[in-house]
Amino acid sequence: MSIVIEHMTKSFDGTSVLRGIDLTIESGELVALLGPSGSGKTTLLKIIAGLDWPDAGGLRVHGADWLHLAAQDRRIGFVFQHYALFPHMTVRDNIAFGLTVRPRAERPGKAVIAAKVNQLLEFLQIGHLGDRYPTQLSGGQRQRVALGRALAIEPTVLLLDEPFGALDAAVRRDLRAWLREVHDETGSTTIFVTHDQEEAFELADRVVVMGEGRIEQIGNADQIHDHPASPFVARFMGATIELPVMLNAGRTEAQGLDASRLQRRALPDGPGTLFLRPADVTPLADPSGRWQIVRRTSNGALLRLELTDGAQHFGIDLPRRAPEAQGLSPGARVNLRPEAGTIFPGPRTSQPTAATTEFPRKEKSL
Amino acid sequence: MSTLALSHAPGQSRRMPQLLIGLAFVLTAIFVVAPLAFIFWRAFAGGWAVYLANITDPLVLHAIWLTTLVAVIVVPVNVAFGIAAAWAIARFRFPGRKLLMVLIEIPFSISPIIAGICYLLLYGRQGLLGPWLAAHDLKIMFALPGILLVTMFVTAPFVAREVLPLMQAQGSEQEQAAVTLGARGWQVFSRVTLPNIRWALLYGAVLCTARAVGEFGGVSVVSGSIRGQTNTLPLQIELMFNDLNTTGAFAAASTLTVIALVVLVIKAVLESRR
Repeated sequence: MSIVIEHMTKSFDGTSVLRGIDLTIESGELVALLGPSGSGKTTLLKIIAGLDWPDAGGLRVHGADWLHLAAQDRRIGFVFQHYALFPHMTVRDNIAFGLTVRPRAERPGKAVIAAKVNQLLEFLQIGHLGDRYPTQLSGGQRQRVALGRALAIEPTVLLLDEPFGALDAAVRRDLRAWLREVHDETGSTTIFVTHDQEEAFELADRVVVMGEGRIEQIGNADQIHDHPASPFVARFMGATIELPVMLNAGRTEAQGLDASRLQRRALPDGPGTLFLRPADVTPLADPSGRWQIVRRTSNGALLRLELTDGAQHFGIDLPRRAPEAQGLSPGARVNLRPEAGTIFPGPRTSQPTAATTEFPRKEKSL
Repeated sequence: MSTLALSHAPGQSRRMPQLLIGLAFVLTAIFVVAPLAFIFWRAFAGGWAVYLANITDPLVLHAIWLTTLVAVIVVPVNVAFGIAAAWAIARFRFPGRKLLMVLIEIPFSISPIIAGICYLLLYGRQGLLGPWLAAHDLKIMFALPGILLVTMFVTAPFVAREVLPLMQAQGSEQEQAAVTLGARGWQVFSRVTLPNIRWALLYGAVLCTARAVGEFGGVSVVSGSIRGQTNTLPLQIELMFNDLNTTGAFAAASTLTVIALVVLVIKAVLESRR
């Protein structure tokens, strides 16, 4: 079931949540909507589910206009971050729910439903839990049940809202691989929302990076990592260093910067901003270098050097045993050689703190 | 010093709960059990025969019937209103939502007798709508409709107040999940919403019943206390008491108490099957 979203906008109480979304998802694809909180990804998912409606725009699934179709009739499977299982029903009844609420004419017989539930329980590897109640299950088991309940109606589209967000790291990795198997086996079109890059890139065929109600970039891990389409994506992908540079005939120039490893770019001459990840920079010891080392910390494998040139303060990472790391102690001066980076024309813009500060915090919990 | 303090502290903390538990029992006995026991003791003071005669007095029987009728009508209406109000407030954002929350609380803060007087001023013969009602031959004051209206007013918050916090705490994700699974509005309500709130609903209904059966102040204004016609059980008890028929008053009071106890037992039984 291909999903086509056109010019979709939505606002809550005057605040724009979606500012014109155009997106096509192919039948059978597994797509991640990746972005910080407030980027509109969950709203988009809920609109596809029929739990919310856009102010304007189109939503067509396999050619049919879904905006005029009630959620009940869309036959989607929706999985919530906090499972939303029915606490007064057993696992079996939870999974059977979508079949038992069908109109009498379409409802399968009791035996058929029971067989279907058994089959799903086996498929989800929770065959022994059928008669338990949700409160008697662990988080990972609950999410399996929630997925089983969604799969029971044989959804054309499977939607998951931060499906692993409430689980601990080990369970999360486990379920990630398992969800990929489920997707491949059922052949449904799957969209999941996450703020976790690792999860998005590992699991999805394509990742849609969203920021402040817009699609910033669509691609796979390497494309988005190496060629961020906007400063937003560069920052979101961990480029915390933003250096003002001059562009001259496609060459990047700045005092103290050895740009030999950077590719020439077809950009207009003038000021630009170089976005760098802390690990993509090599320090070159130089007594008259532009930056001074203020602090040096180590986590055993990586060294982190805090640098300043008087105006700007940032940190770079390098392997502790790297030859360049020798003799780099606080007070020493260095120049920098970026190994990879992205340049955007124009002077440095103010940094939206929400995008960059929130993300590393959530990463730590992994 | 320190060992002394250590050995002393746990002993103190052991005695403290015992003291509090004992206090709770004594106070409950004084304030709740003793008056209840007194009612039955006085009701049976003249023996079984007198008790039966008092209870089967046509006026008392009518009062029991009227009170039961009021409860049977008011409680379901109240349950329906409570669920609807709680649902609307918990699930939707609409203009006047906060106002509705305040309005639901009003009967709690207003003395029932004032509610009764308000109804009297509105629907009474001299009231605002009096002439119109008289012209259409509709009798609300000093009749069953008035009693029902006041009782509904007084008990309005009970169900909504019990159900609302629970619905707010649970959020609407389960209902959304049910919708995505194909459940229609009524199925969502009966299979997901209602089971989740059933204990709060039951508790609210029990409180509502107890209050509807026992309401005195508001009803006394609008019923007119016509013996054998608009006298509910609490009014009948007061009347008998004022007539110096103490044994009869206590006998009637015992039936009211029995109704309340039966309601509580039903609630306890239902809860134990949870």
